[in-house]
Amino acid sequence: MSRGHKSVETKYLEERAEFFTGLKQLSRRSFIKLAGISAGLAAAKGLTTPVSFQLINVAAAQDHPPESGSQDQSFNFAYISDTHLYDRTVNDRFVRAILKAVDDVNALDPPPDFVLFGGDLAQLGQQKELDLGKEILKSLKAPVKMMVGEHDWFLDMGEHWQALFGQPQYSFDHKGVHFVTLMSVQEKDFWTARGMTSMQRMQTVAGLDNGTQSRFEVGEEGRTWLKQDLAQVDQKAPLVIFSHSPLYKYYRPWNFWTEDADEVQTILQPFAHVTVIHGHTHQLLTNRIGNIHFHGMLSTAWPWPYAPMGLPTLTVQMNRADPFDQFDGCGDGQEQVLESGLVDKLYNLWDRNPMTVRASYVASSGTKHAPPATLFASY
Amino acid sequence: MSTRVKVCAALGLAVIVAGVAVATDQGKKPSHSLPEAKDGNLVVGLCDGETALEVPGVKEGETLTQEQAQQVSDALMAEWRRKNPDTHWDEELQLAQASASSGAKGVKKAIERGEGPTEVQSGHVYKQFSERDEKIWQASIDQFIQEGNRIFHDAQALGGTISVSCDMCHPDASNTHPETYPKYQVQLGRVALLRDMINWCIENPVRGKPLPDDDEKIKALEAYILAQRKGVALEYGKH
Repeated sequence: MSRGHKSVETKYLEERAEFFTGLKQLSRRSFIKLAGISAGLAAAKGLTTPVSFQLINVAAAQDHPPESGSQDQSFNFAYISDTHLYDRTVNDRFVRAILKAVDDVNALDPPPDFVLFGGDLAQLGQQKELDLGKEILKSLKAPVKMMVGEHDWFLDMGEHWQALFGQPQYSFDHKGVHFVTLMSVQEKDFWTARGMTSMQRMQTVAGLDNGTQSRFEVGEEGRTWLKQDLAQVDQKAPLVIFSHSPLYKYYRPWNFWTEDADEVQTILQPFAHVTVIHGHTHQLLTNRIGNIHFHGMLSTAWPWPYAPMGLPTLTVQMNRADPFDQFDGCGDGQEQVLESGLVDKLYNLWDRNPMTVRASYVASSGTKHAPPATLFASY
Repeated sequence: MSTRVKVCAALGLAVIVAGVAVATDQGKKPSHSLPEAKDGNLVVGLCDGETALEVPGVKEGETLTQEQAQQVSDALMAEWRRKNPDTHWDEELQLAQASASSGAKGVKKAIERGEGPTEVQSGHVYKQFSERDEKIWQASIDQFIQEGNRIFHDAQALGGTISVSCDMCHPDASNTHPETYPKYQVQLGRVALLRDMINWCIENPVRGKPLPDDDEKIKALEAYILAQRKGVALEYGKH
């Protein structure tokens, strides 16, 4: 064995020791919280040794007070995103993954105020896929806020999705925070001139690395709607935006991109506290532009590699996924909306330690409370 | 033995058209059965495997003059163009005839211009080749890579059973890091080559059957993956 190699037993004993050291440092309140959640979470995560002591980190993280005031008025919401369901008979792998996420979220204590579904419920926008997704999401105990993704939309241009879930663009208020769900995956017509069938159009959009499709956009209509919606909102009130595509320009060739992101950001700039939660990129992703904080969501189906360029500097990459573990690099998560109106983002990475990207990390431009460093970056 | 002959109307076309069949269709040799001419006239077939032409006044077994042969070639090509109005292979030929600025040909050109060395070594491993040859070789490589690209994006071609294809986790073959193989693949408990990992992916996330080592599909997949990492330093064994 090479030097530095640790046997499974050694690792187990070290983590056990770490667990008990950490336990001594916890307050009583955190410990009770920990005891309460660990059984459910550990079961939901299907954890095996030597990682069974990871929950200490979650509870310890909650012991850090937020930047201002107490957490008493803050609240949690959970997310599940990018499940990419095929029909059950075609692919059971992705079905198992969304079921795992639903179990995770239902086991949360305290329960989330609501669950955001981040888009791409279906893989190819087919009725069976969307119906299956709706059926599975029904078993979530908390109310669900739906967002649409390009995989849900481009077979029938959103017809069935809208029949199941209603308007793709809407807003609501919750505990003093204004939430907006955007339809950010409009595309300019690339299919008519090419004489594509609706399935060809869908499959083109479903591929990341083909240059045939157009780039995502909120579009003029969507931006006008957003302006009107925000006209009623106090600019000092916290604002949280949900969009499927990142509302900034990360990597154009893969459509990790929103073509009119700059225009949308201009609409959001007057607001004091803005957080954008987006799907589509299947990875831990952190960005800040002016006063706007951006967080990506994990997928339950598969992780994307980081793009070869354009990665926001604030992003601490999640470790490269182990292809031998179906669930590695996938997961779900939570947002803790702080009293300040900003958001601590918890990435519940399956079979790994969860990671929190704190609002104070983003607000301080990375000088405070950095998430754990990357050990295995993308190639 | 039949005296009917098959000619390829244009050599460049022959190479380009034949090249299309690389990768997956090898093993099935194309056959072209030519129709019998009534008066025993010579029948000439085009290399597309379909088009044939009867040469009036020339019987089977007789030899065509160069002029006659050119006429036959032109007529066959005209027919081929009529059948394939959207195929713009002319551009590829023009590309093939463009001047090269690097490689052996580049050196020769530089000498002709009086800019290069005064003497070069003689002899070629594979004899003389022209710029056109080099372009055609490049086109063949590109086709092979393109075939890999197609399979990489096609769950059915991979033999997958759950509609998962390689590009779903590896857009532009990212994170496949072919330059790190061979390496000790911890999860397998043995040294693995790139193709072992391709086959692992075909068997597991894609849920297909692993391909034999000499399968044209796995060769094409390797070609595509390697092509995405051109210029990256070879670092076998890296984790």
